[in-house]
Amino acid sequence: MAAIPAEFSSAPVLPKWVAPVLLLAFAYGVVPLVGSSYLFEAILLPFLALGLAGVGLNILTGYAGQVSLGSAAFMAAGAFAAYNFNLRIDGLPLIGSIVLAGLVAAAIGIVFGLPSLRLRGFYLAVSTLAAQFFVQWALTKFSWFSNNSASGVIDAPRLSIGGLALDGAVGRYLFALTIVAVLTFLAHRLVSSQTGRNFIAIRDNETAARIIGIPVLKTKLLAFAISSFIIGVAGVIWAFAYLRTVEPDGFDLDRSFQILFIIIIGGLASIRGAFFGAALIVVFPLALSRLGGFLLGDVFDSGVLDMSQRIVLGALIILFLILEPDGLVALWDRIRRRLLFAWQST
Amino acid sequence: MTFLSTIKAAALSAAMIVSVALPAAHADEQYFPLQSYRVGPYAAGGTGFFGGFIDYLNLINIRDGGVNGVKLTWDECETQYEVERGVECYERQKSRAGAAAWNPLSVGIAYAMIDRITVDKVPLITVNHGRTDSTDGRVFPYVFPLLLNPYSETSGIVNYIASKEGGIDKLKGKKIVVLYHGSPYGKETIPIYELLAQKYGFTVQQIEVPHPGNEQQSQWLTIRRAKPDFVVLRGWGVMNPVALKTAVKVGYPVDHIVGNVWSNSEEDVIPAGDAAKGYTAITTQASGNTYPVVQEIVKTVYGAGKGNLEDKARIGSVYHNLGIVNGILNVEAIRVAQEKFGHRTLTGDEVRWGFEHLKLDPAKVEALGAKDLFHSINVSWDNHEGEGYVTFQQWDGKKWNVVSDWIAPDWALLRPIIEKSAEAYAKEKGIKLRTAADADAVATN
Repeated sequence: MAAIPAEFSSAPVLPKWVAPVLLLAFAYGVVPLVGSSYLFEAILLPFLALGLAGVGLNILTGYAGQVSLGSAAFMAAGAFAAYNFNLRIDGLPLIGSIVLAGLVAAAIGIVFGLPSLRLRGFYLAVSTLAAQFFVQWALTKFSWFSNNSASGVIDAPRLSIGGLALDGAVGRYLFALTIVAVLTFLAHRLVSSQTGRNFIAIRDNETAARIIGIPVLKTKLLAFAISSFIIGVAGVIWAFAYLRTVEPDGFDLDRSFQILFIIIIGGLASIRGAFFGAALIVVFPLALSRLGGFLLGDVFDSGVLDMSQRIVLGALIILFLILEPDGLVALWDRIRRRLLFAWQST
Repeated sequence: MTFLSTIKAAALSAAMIVSVALPAAHADEQYFPLQSYRVGPYAAGGTGFFGGFIDYLNLINIRDGGVNGVKLTWDECETQYEVERGVECYERQKSRAGAAAWNPLSVGIAYAMIDRITVDKVPLITVNHGRTDSTDGRVFPYVFPLLLNPYSETSGIVNYIASKEGGIDKLKGKKIVVLYHGSPYGKETIPIYELLAQKYGFTVQQIEVPHPGNEQQSQWLTIRRAKPDFVVLRGWGVMNPVALKTAVKVGYPVDHIVGNVWSNSEEDVIPAGDAAKGYTAITTQASGNTYPVVQEIVKTVYGAGKGNLEDKARIGSVYHNLGIVNGILNVEAIRVAQEKFGHRTLTGDEVRWGFEHLKLDPAKVEALGAKDLFHSINVSWDNHEGEGYVTFQQWDGKKWNVVSDWIAPDWALLRPIIEKSAEAYAKEKGIKLRTAADADAVATN
């Protein structure tokens, strides 16, 4: 066979696993050594929690095509369930309470996923709002969930795994990173499996999927369960590792929208997209507020600055969605292709 | 002189100028990180409170040149009352040296900060609100719910109703309805009302208004059927004016409604219009701008064009005066600590010691120009609330008028409950109870 001319050969393509492994090595090996407490507490921990929630919602919305506005409710269910398992079952290891909390969130997800058997699109989105309002209401109404704490706000328990205390900023970061890495890997495996293809088939054409023999009912509920499990665990990270406090108010409708925006901006039906979107949602407002405070902090008070940041942020998101409707992940791929191309042609 | 030596000489002289100038530029400063909120649903409270706080800090800087020469500095970080923004602000602002105390004015943010400030050893002030059991300084060394915690507030309201009825024994057989906001904040005092009802022999009925509370017809019809002697309004935001309007609609007398500490501002009554006339509410700090310290702020700070409130009509409003009182408490705590540790930038732990020895009797309060603005405070290492007195003011359609003496909550009754709750927290978190000796050990770095 004739040799392919150099300009047509594809770039020296690395195996697909190399980039994530390098990234993880960096996240485990370098970041804990050089990061400041601000980096962990204010940027990386919310990024990891919201990124994981984005992965969860992407399975449901991006892959299986079921729009949900109840993500914050599943986060709340996970956080409060983990708190209660940890509190009420003596000797249960932390990992045990987290897995059980994920299962509780999954069960609630299945219940609120039932309408998806009859409803689609916007109608389904509205029905998932029920989850949002119901869970938040129940957590406020029944003080058993917050161990009858007077103010309804509860402290996260101490984090330790096998006697290893993880209460410092770095410890909580590593704790969150490990959970996020494991679940993201499983999610990645899932979407390229038969189940993942079933999800996509249902998203693209439900009738066709039914005809080729995909059990639509079961698959939809499975999508709700898996998605809610992951979002529930993200809620545990949000409450235990990031804020160190659990309160129903923190899981309101705004948070659900935030997670939906993360996957839309990051890129639907993409595991990486969730993290791109979370990075933008977490870091961009902070950068804007830093910049605004630095440039205009002496002229305007913080309220005016914050309002103008909202306007800028909103305008940028609109602009971005018009210019790149496929999300950050598409933008990233294009940049990478260009760079590779430029690298090859030299 | 060669070219090189010219440069050398220039560099040397520049270095000398810098080294002379540096100490002046780095004069002692005490820094207040302000996690303020000027936008969002709580903006009315945030602008008033942080406006008053900043106005008082400005007054100290302009009039006295700081606290014993230590200049007060601050910067603001917008939280919108959201916990995660508050945490981000904490991490952002704590990198600056010389932080005296944190004043987030938000229960949620305060909760998220307790672990962090305890590690960093900087006091956390939750004036008039916060976690009730943080009153117990044995368990919460760095948290100060100054003046009034939710339980004391409840006791103060009941004592006021008793005084209206002619004595605590006259409460027997009376009926009180508590209309509370459907949130953790609203529900916090349910057990205390039950306890006081049992103790004093009145009946209490507690009715929830779901958030946000812009429709209360059914609740007020229930109240009309119950015919209570008093209604306590434990509201927030839009719920308050709607409650007053609905009360008028169902014919319940407004002068028998008593508002709690988050239902007591101008922003709560003005939207209700005439329906609010005669409404009474609890406060730790009287409103109005006649007090000498408020007058000085008007003259010195607003006169110099450095006032923080955009709308000058809000000077002396409930939230603005709360900010001023909070400023007085913070500044005086620094002063107390400076007397012990020296007139310099203090560490957070030294300021904590200052708060734990913050004793302002009525004479001292008068000397500060705050007579009748607030009563007194008496903080100790194990009582972080400091026995704040409350008073009640009535809305006449234009302004609040004080209608009661200073009333003391029943601290002795509440203390065992608070200690029990704090001890349970200590056990859950594995905290060793602090002793007086521990409280006197101060970290100087």
